[in-house]
Amino acid sequence: MRLAVLETERCVGCQCCMFACSRRQDEAGLTKACIAVKSVGGMRRGFTVIVCRACDNPPCAKVCPTNALEPGKDGGVRLDMKKCIGCGHCQDACLIGAILWDDTTNKPMICIHCGYCVNFCPHKVLGLKKKEGVAHAKR
Amino acid sequence: MLKDDPLANILYIDLSNRTFMTKKRPELFDRYIGGAGVAIQLLHEECPTGCDPIGPENPIIFAVGPLTSLFPLASKTVAMFKSPHTGNLGESHCGGRSAVAIRMAGYGAIVLKGASDIPIYLSIHGNKVYFHDASSLWGMGSSATGRIIRENETGGGLRTIMRIGKAGENLVSYASVTTETYRHFGRLGLGAVFGSKKLKAIAISGKLSVPVADTKLYRKMYEEIYQKAVESPVMKKYHDLGTAENIIALNKFGGFPTRNLKEATFEKADAISGEAFAAGYLGRRLACSHCPVGCIHIAALREPYEDEPYYYKTSMISYDYEPIYSLGSMLGISDPEGILKLMDSVETAGMDAMSTGVVLAWATEAQEQGLISEKETMGIKFSWGDPAPYINASRLITEQPNEFYTALAKGVDYAGSIYGNRDSALAFGKNEMAGYHTGPGTHVGSLIGLRHSHLDNAGYSIDQKVLAQKQTSPEELADMLLEEERWRQILSSLVVCFFARGIYAPDIVSKLLPLLGFELKLEDINRIGTEIYREKYRFKTREGFSLDELRIPKRIFETSSPVGKFDESYIRRAIDRVKKIMEKQGAD
Ligand code: SF4
Ligand code: SF4
Ligand code: SF4
Ligand code: SF4
Repeated sequence: MRLAVLETERCVGCQCCMFACSRRQDEAGLTKACIAVKSVGGMRRGFTVIVCRACDNPPCAKVCPTNALEPGKDGGVRLDMKKCIGCGHCQDACLIGAILWDDTTNKPMICIHCGYCVNFCPHKVLGLKKKEGVAHAKR
Repeated sequence: MLKDDPLANILYIDLSNRTFMTKKRPELFDRYIGGAGVAIQLLHEECPTGCDPIGPENPIIFAVGPLTSLFPLASKTVAMFKSPHTGNLGESHCGGRSAVAIRMAGYGAIVLKGASDIPIYLSIHGNKVYFHDASSLWGMGSSATGRIIRENETGGGLRTIMRIGKAGENLVSYASVTTETYRHFGRLGLGAVFGSKKLKAIAISGKLSVPVADTKLYRKMYEEIYQKAVESPVMKKYHDLGTAENIIALNKFGGFPTRNLKEATFEKADAISGEAFAAGYLGRRLACSHCPVGCIHIAALREPYEDEPYYYKTSMISYDYEPIYSLGSMLGISDPEGILKLMDSVETAGMDAMSTGVVLAWATEAQEQGLISEKETMGIKFSWGDPAPYINASRLITEQPNEFYTALAKGVDYAGSIYGNRDSALAFGKNEMAGYHTGPGTHVGSLIGLRHSHLDNAGYSIDQKVLAQKQTSPEELADMLLEEERWRQILSSLVVCFFARGIYAPDIVSKLLPLLGFELKLEDINRIGTEIYREKYRFKTREGFSLDELRIPKRIFETSSPVGKFDESYIRRAIDRVKKIMEKQGAD
């Protein structure tokens, strides 16, 4: 399963998903959020929800010099904190900007597709979906 | 509070010397919680008695509270300053991203002092403060200013951008500060205080963590509150139609001020109802940070250009109950497009929509009565229901090209004192009235309320829930209003949105505070509420406010309300009650 952004036009920009992702890690605040919500050039134009879409053959993993990002069987990556040196290459490789940064540890924050935030999106923007939904060439 | 909670940090910024520093003041938060409670203490400390509200000595204080960023609907920032509109307590609340941004940048409060000699804007990113030359932004509308700063600043998705329009620059005493295009520090003239400091805007961002005492319990309590918020019918109502849903109900009840309160029902209310706006114009809904409700309603207004076919401009304009009242029914306007265009004009200028509408309604009546002519209005002929003259006049208030518009820019109380027709100059404690003529409760509430706002103590709600049901003495009314207003000091110290007051009931609040390291029993919380109320009242009286000198516009006695007519002696008795209580407390 992966976290899917079902309908961005319904997003009201409440950031409840961001706070939820912190809470799943027993944190309060935004340092640890693995999902971001930004306006599309001002709130009048609505929002975009930025989160890992669980690529197959993830580009972020390919550029990691220490193999800290292990591709998951359903796509996406798991970060091994001990291996990560905080170089930020993965951030450059992720075109959609889904690798957020924890400034306190100087390490990346990447969605693990746990689905916790889905329960706190009040407007049905987020959902958990089977992997097939991602459109790209099969390996 | 918890030892390492960054809430204790107060950021002091000196605009004259372009310096800043942070002080840790946990004792202030321990004693007064945060928000309004802390802000009034800082105002007492920083604001010299009798200072000029548009002089450099007038400080601006922003404060958030322990629940900010931790719980849903804790979405408001409290601003305090000396009001250029009333000359005493200036307090205004705003959502958007402001509260979360301040807390996540690592502050419980921000104090701005001094004034700049050139236009500037500030950016506060975490522990860094930058001063930027804003000369190229001066004279710009509030939305354009927001767009330019958005493009120049970092922190996208995590930031607030507070800014003023031309009304603030030109010191209109009810100029507002806009955040995130659609939310405002609307009332009592914070925009003019910004303008007097040549402060065009402030961008704030950050993404900290905040400690909690017990993470398991925190998650549990969070889930409880979140569920209540998304399941509550009140919250559903605010998400569906927004505050504009109240128009039909208020009108049916007979408490919907119309044409400068010559009437309290609007025959065309259906045309400007929340339902009508939603059906014809609703284009988007938005939420403040950390608010699952999303009550902000944005209309999409498509207007053709006259010089070329198939050429359109689409504006996104936010609407709410209050601006539909003040810029709609109060001016007799029943055309939603006309109301939206007028709202847009007031928004661009950056003025309080309520005050502007009430000022224009008074001017219309004054012109009807021949107290002012087209010489004063510079050729404008006001006419109930016709938006165009009002749109032009709103621009002239911003520009103040003559004495008349300069008077309008000081509010309806002042304009009435110069040109007459004062008994229909609808202001309470110099603040223009809100959209309720529900009975004496709403008016007494605004008169005695520390901000002279309908939200101080919700007198309109007491009218509907209590006075409409049973005979109530002025003394009983005063007691109910005071009790509500004291509790609201706590809500605005936490700081939670007043729409969530049903969720943040006293027993819940007393369970939440220990999570943030506040060991307060319910009676302690109530005592603090009373103390904050008293501290604000002390500031008001220090600045010359007196309950004895409150002017009551006679119009409210002339137009029947849903609970019938009421008279001045009823209102005076209620005010006397408050006075006695405050005197007794002061002596304690
Ligand atoms: S972080 Fe970016 S590149 Fe890596 S799997 Fe997720 S979406 Fe793909
Ligand atoms: S920041 Fe860490 S995970 Fe990302 S590429 Fe560098 S080492 Fe790998
Ligand atoms: S799915 Fe889990 S990890 Fe991903 S953003 Fe949501 S809560 Fe965070
Ligand atoms: S919780 Fe849902 S509506 Fe709110 S910001 Fe996240 S995706 Fe948007």
